[in-house]
Amino acid sequence: MIRLQSVTKTYPSSSRPALDDVSVEIEKGEFVFLVGQSGSGKSTFLRLVLKEEKPSRGQIWVAGKELSRLSHWKVPALRRQIGTVFQDFRLLPNKTVRENVAFALEVIGKPRHTIAQVVPEVLDLVGLAGKEERMPDELSGGEQQRVAVARAFVNRPMILLADEPTGNLDPTTSVGIMRLLDRINRTGTTVVMATHDSHIVDSMRRRVIELESGKVTRDQSRGVYGYAR
Amino acid sequence: MRWRFVLSEMAIGLRRNLSMTIATILTIWIALAFLGGAWLFNQQINATKDYWFGKIQISVFLTKDVTQPERDAIRQQLEALPQVDKVFYESKSEAYIHFKDQFKSVPALVKNTDPSALPESYRVKLKDPKKFAIVASAVQNMPGVDQVAAEAQALKKIFKLFSGLRNGMLVVAIAILLASILLIFNNVRLAAFSRRRETGIMRLVGASDLYIQAPFILEITTSALIGGILASLLMFAIKAVIVDHGLKSAFGGILTYIGWGAVWGTIPYLILAGILIAGVTAFGTLQRYLRV
Repeated sequence: MIRLQSVTKTYPSSSRPALDDVSVEIEKGEFVFLVGQSGSGKSTFLRLVLKEEKPSRGQIWVAGKELSRLSHWKVPALRRQIGTVFQDFRLLPNKTVRENVAFALEVIGKPRHTIAQVVPEVLDLVGLAGKEERMPDELSGGEQQRVAVARAFVNRPMILLADEPTGNLDPTTSVGIMRLLDRINRTGTTVVMATHDSHIVDSMRRRVIELESGKVTRDQSRGVYGYAR
Repeated sequence: MRWRFVLSEMAIGLRRNLSMTIATILTIWIALAFLGGAWLFNQQINATKDYWFGKIQISVFLTKDVTQPERDAIRQQLEALPQVDKVFYESKSEAYIHFKDQFKSVPALVKNTDPSALPESYRVKLKDPKKFAIVASAVQNMPGVDQVAAEAQALKKIFKLFSGLRNGMLVVAIAILLASILLIFNNVRLAAFSRRRETGIMRLVGASDLYIQAPFILEITTSALIGGILASLLMFAIKAVIVDHGLKSAFGGILTYIGWGAVWGTIPYLILAGILIAGVTAFGTLQRYLRV
């Protein structure tokens, strides 16, 4: 589903590569934790998969497509197969919960009757039934992140990328979000989650890829956050 | 393409930036009005030229006591000149008929003018109206010639006035167009910045460039369309007030004037020019300030 082959990414402003000769393969339906300290290359990894950045060297395949051969106008089609969730939720403050989720479908031209049908379904899935007409600032952090997950998942992407989705949440709320991501993963969606949260990684017992200074230092199925703990 | 969505985004943008929208409409309106005014005056100049070049360009007025041999000599002299195309003779009575016709709006003048007071003349049509000085000097001092009137000379002043007006309008139009382009550039940049959250999400969920950029471009071109329509209304005012009222009372029947057809013909280009300038500026700005 996602394959990086000898990928190096150097930003123009930095002499040290953000990713240094990384080769990783993630199968369809996997749940993968991307761990490592700040600046270890986790976000760069996710941005490369989204084709928000181009690798300096190496090749990346996502959903069967080699990204460097993907022309500019085909990038939107790629991103429709990838849902993305961030630490800071990134909801639109002037739209209701329902409108925020519907927005993701409206801007890719989905017909209105489809939107009217799938938005309540996905809000039900993330546990926000009954809160459709709330504004984001009337929700708790956990609820806001559920809206963001609903928005990322509403178009049924094959891949869900989550960049520190629990970074702004307390542990109890985080567990709820993890259960949700687990549920989404069990529908067959490949989930890649970058995180700092060792409790979550340890409790989930899923594949862990650890990055350090842009290099893969560990790739372990059913792993925990760190060895030396 | 879900037009309802794009149009509602556009409406939100227009309202959110109401003062900027109004500024854009006003500058585009004024810029296009001057552009259209210059174009109308250009057409007026051409209408005047066409009319004039098809007509008599020099009148050789004869003295009251001119003799027949003198008349013949003057005519021969005129016809011998290579610059001359045609020579017509206008008798006193013909002159009176033309006079009555030209000043029929001033009956008192016609009434008080004795038919015999008007001089007989040769009306000369030139091959090249600009060569009138050569022809004039060739017959000016012949016996029997009272006065040579080069009507092209009087017309030259009118042309100068019209060209001056046209060029002035063009300069103002270009200056204001430049101002509106800069204004649009700034507007779009601001709009792109204030909606970066929305556009960021659009990009992330896989909206196409068209979907992301269309609301911005539609917003600006709508302003341009409104400005263009206002400018078009002003074209009618220019034709009614400056041409039909101002010029006609100043120059009367000696000129032809542009008709309403010229105004109708100008309007589509004016509106199209406004939309195109605004659209291209907005598109260019978006490529730079809206990462897609």
